[in-house]
Amino acid sequence: MFIGFAPYASPHSSPFSRTRQGKVAELRQELNSGGKKDKNYSAKKIALKKIVANMTMSNNDMVALFPDVIDCMNLPSLEIKKMCFLFLVNYSRMKPEVALKALPILVDDMEDTNPLVRALALRTISYVHVREFVEATFQPLKRLMQDNDPYVRKTAAFCVAKLYEHDKKTVENSDLIDRLNRMLKDENPTVVSSVLASLVDIWGRSESISLTIDYVSASKLVSILPDCSEWGQSYILEALMSYVPQDTAEALLLAERIAPRLSHSNAAVVLTSCRVILYLMNYIAEEKHITSLCRKLSPPLVTLLSKPPEIQYLALRNAILILQKRPEVLRNDIRVFFCNYNDPIYVKVTKLELMFMLTTKDNISVVLAELREYATEIDVHFVRKAVRAIGKLAIKIESAAKQCIETLLELVDAKIPYIIQEATVVIRNIFRKYPNKYESIISHVIRNIDDLDEPEAKAAIIWIIGQYADRIDNSDGLLQDYLATFHDETVEVQLALLTATVKLFIQRPTKGQQLVPQVLKWCTEETDDPDLRDRGYMYWRLLSTDPATAKQVVMGQKPPITAESEKLDPRTLEELCLNVGTLATVYLKPIHQVFRAARPRRLQQSPALQRPRVEDGTASMLEYNPPSANAAASSTSNSGLATIITTGNPISPINAPPPPNFPVSSNPAQGSATASNTSSDAISAADSYFNGIGSQQMASLDLGGRSDGGAGGGGAPQTQFVVTQNQQQGYQPQYAGGAATGELLLL
Amino acid sequence: MLSGILVFNQKGENLIFRAFRSDCRPRLADIFRIQVISNPQVRSPILTLGSTTFSHVKHENIYLVAVTKSNANAALVFEFLYRLILLGKSYFGKFDEEAVKNNFVLIYELLDEILDFGYPQNTETDTLKMYITTEGVKSAIANSPTDSSRITMQATGALSWRRSDIKYRKNEAFVDVIEDVNLLMSATGTVLRADVNGQIVMRAYLTGTPECKFGLNDRLLLDNGDSSGGKGSKNGGISGPGGKATRAAAGSVTLEDCQFHQCVKLGRFDSDRIISFVPPDGEFELMRYRATENVNLPFKVQPIVREIGTTKVEYSVAIKANYSSKLFASNVVIRIPTPLNTAKTTERTSQGRAKYEPEHNNIVWKIPRFSGQSEFVLNAEATLTSMTHQKAWSRPPISLSFSILMFTSSGLLVRYLKVFEKSDYSSVKWVRYMTRAGSYEIRF
Repeated sequence: MFIGFAPYASPHSSPFSRTRQGKVAELRQELNSGGKKDKNYSAKKIALKKIVANMTMSNNDMVALFPDVIDCMNLPSLEIKKMCFLFLVNYSRMKPEVALKALPILVDDMEDTNPLVRALALRTISYVHVREFVEATFQPLKRLMQDNDPYVRKTAAFCVAKLYEHDKKTVENSDLIDRLNRMLKDENPTVVSSVLASLVDIWGRSESISLTIDYVSASKLVSILPDCSEWGQSYILEALMSYVPQDTAEALLLAERIAPRLSHSNAAVVLTSCRVILYLMNYIAEEKHITSLCRKLSPPLVTLLSKPPEIQYLALRNAILILQKRPEVLRNDIRVFFCNYNDPIYVKVTKLELMFMLTTKDNISVVLAELREYATEIDVHFVRKAVRAIGKLAIKIESAAKQCIETLLELVDAKIPYIIQEATVVIRNIFRKYPNKYESIISHVIRNIDDLDEPEAKAAIIWIIGQYADRIDNSDGLLQDYLATFHDETVEVQLALLTATVKLFIQRPTKGQQLVPQVLKWCTEETDDPDLRDRGYMYWRLLSTDPATAKQVVMGQKPPITAESEKLDPRTLEELCLNVGTLATVYLKPIHQVFRAARPRRLQQSPALQRPRVEDGTASMLEYNPPSANAAASSTSNSGLATIITTGNPISPINAPPPPNFPVSSNPAQGSATASNTSSDAISAADSYFNGIGSQQMASLDLGGRSDGGAGGGGAPQTQFVVTQNQQQGYQPQYAGGAATGELLLL
Repeated sequence: MLSGILVFNQKGENLIFRAFRSDCRPRLADIFRIQVISNPQVRSPILTLGSTTFSHVKHENIYLVAVTKSNANAALVFEFLYRLILLGKSYFGKFDEEAVKNNFVLIYELLDEILDFGYPQNTETDTLKMYITTEGVKSAIANSPTDSSRITMQATGALSWRRSDIKYRKNEAFVDVIEDVNLLMSATGTVLRADVNGQIVMRAYLTGTPECKFGLNDRLLLDNGDSSGGKGSKNGGISGPGGKATRAAAGSVTLEDCQFHQCVKLGRFDSDRIISFVPPDGEFELMRYRATENVNLPFKVQPIVREIGTTKVEYSVAIKANYSSKLFASNVVIRIPTPLNTAKTTERTSQGRAKYEPEHNNIVWKIPRFSGQSEFVLNAEATLTSMTHQKAWSRPPISLSFSILMFTSSGLLVRYLKVFEKSDYSSVKWVRYMTRAGSYEIRF
């Protein structure tokens, strides 16, 4: 009947098209229908089911039925009760005053003879975030914590953590936490694991409470592991992270007793066991025990690769982490990390990172063949990463550089634009890494110059042109082509053009003298970008001061680069290893950057704690930036660049007041003369400028700057340069709040 | 731990919203819808925005989403979501949008039971079915406290997966050894990767509380390194190449790693290498294993693919069965990729049928029954349309799917399954072996 009218009633004919009031009224009527005839309350049940179904689907209209639902709550049917409780939990926050009517019923139910009802009432009352409910929970809770039914006791254990969420103060002032602690002696393993989960939860949200477990308790906990559900095992394992071994034998014994858990089919149990074992290893002295434990960690990590893709992804991310901490893990076979054609992209990309980490000079041929295969796949992002990986392998493994270059050139010959772009960038890095070795391929690279349209690739080819201006016949012509569109380019390309033009001028003055003044003028007068202007001024002054020095500076020795994936710094690595299996391991970032509220974890001091050996960087750890400064730096840019920002500080003051008689503004047309025109003003300006800046920094500045990635970097001489990329089209972790994003270990 | 569980359909309608903590606000549903469901760029199952993390799994036509705050145990979150799917399947047969819409109340009831304050509780189907029941089945415990305590004991006990009062007139146990064989072969015919992911599924219909012992012809590789420091080596984990040779001679198999169902006593396995357990009632996955040595590849594929100019591709694909002629594979399907600009194809086969599937850019060659040791050939030709912008063809690998009964690629055999129960009944046991194609890919 109704259906016939629907089209007239509303143009939006959906199941919810009837007016709100209409629907609510209808349900109310249905709920109250039946009356005495409704023996089994079946009419009420049906009405309640409709109400529950509508709870999420129809924008909270159902809240209007709150009083009616409460009226049903005391009917002698568990089914009805459960539905009413669900409704209560859902809406109590919106209508606390109505919810109050349910309170006596709940309090009553906590004394029911049926343990399931007692537990249900306790569970429900503690979900309601209304002051009266919270207050009314305390007394019954204390009784139910000693209930004779284990199911009620485990519910009570979680209830303490729930109350703690509602009202920290009152819980801390009561004896609930002490009572909870006493429940650790419970004979039922499920109760014990619930108590631990509750305690760890409270610990995670409290500043004042500390959690310590001694060896006897830890040992007892390990012994009840087999009798707990898989989730209970995870809770116990998490709690064991609060045990600090005082003795290396204790740590070893415990680790070996936990090791069988690595064969559990639940990934949470496996990864949390990995976490505890890795943690305990910090307290184990003997190398051979470490080795034997490490050997136990590898197979389970690989076996997780037969699980669903999301869990594979976690296993892989954790493998990247564990591999940095314990390189002996996973050394066996790289082939298990080869990508399947149908792997989801996030799995593929992570496998690629692992492959890169595990490549050695013994398996490079297999890996290269594999990467070449990936470079023909469809997903552009993945293909690019594969090409990048080849370039990085050339830098990582010197003996294989030639092989890598050949592979790259083969790929370039396929004439797929994005492959060419990517290859150009990595070849630039190879030139940078191995000067005077592979320049014979320059012509091969230059051939594809017209296919490059991305800033990074353009900057790379421009760098090559500038660096080898004397070996490329028409280098000035090539540069001129790019200069024609100078103003349309991104700053990254403009910076590269500036540097390349200066290099051209230094190496082939006759060809460059036409271009240099023009470019310098653009960079100093016609740009809004401070970096470009700074660099423009710097070159100008350098060239106008002393061409010989300029040559030394601009064409000088460049600090070496390495291809190590950006290794996590020791502090972050230590912290992440204490969090194996958690979300932070997906991001591989300092935890407080992603999860500000997370309670920090550190290795606790004890006589058994093994200090990292010197080569592990104890020394550098001490020198390391304080965490706050460190975080600030790394959140703005990559490590190499961060150094530039700090050491390069002297540049910025110069930038503010332009030198009064600087020749640029007076006669730009005679710019070419400025190179030889050593005006005294310029000298003094330059003097003040170069004071305090070492030549080496200057050398790196010619590549430095912000985003000319690979060959860039730059920084203080002792800095390790790391080949990195822009985080173009990173996958999801990118979105992780603000700066704390992205894959840290880029390929 | 978990702050809430959300379920969406593909249109982004929020079907289920259950908060376990007060920080799980209703507007989070909109955020997930906007950021994940309606965002075609999503490339990760995990999304963190501010302090909130959404971890999602897609199943059938629904999204199952876990909301967490702070740095949660991600492995636990995903294991839980998959367990939820398993539960849904066991309750409703199929866990999809329709099932959710027909069972709102039951799903909310389940969620309330299996999560407390966002911590997973007992998720064993058998126990849950004792008191959370589907339409029509009366709740067993309506008003009986004694029945209830039986349930609560079960839900918190050490054998939470098994009821104690199970009775069968005929005691039977079925063991299925199912292997997924993975192969990745390069265009030059070298095996890049060959391994086996095995799974042992058991269906136990046994009375009482039976204690089972299970034996395989395996020699576990675990801990067989040269360092004698490991604890495992004391019980004769022989090491060195000599040891391996004798094992091979004895017809044993080396398993790289095993993972067991909750019911298996891991401590005993670790010390004595005995798989001992009290099985759940009905079907469950007893163990998973991985083998990488001496993998028997059931099929050898030799493709010859020639691109003739830009207008034609010629295929000649030969496939040979490597297993005993007494066995046969069923439903063998070979997918041979064609370029994206294929206009038409012609195929000839010496066995089975081949058909071009333009929507997948594949020639699909089906052989319903493939006897051991036989060899078949497909010759095909794809005619290409000309394209203004010539782009190289990415040549995805040829992939196979098949299943072979009574054959294991790893060579694994079940030695024994012993059942001990205090009433000392006799039981009948059945074993079945099957090998399927996992990711069986041949590049060309």
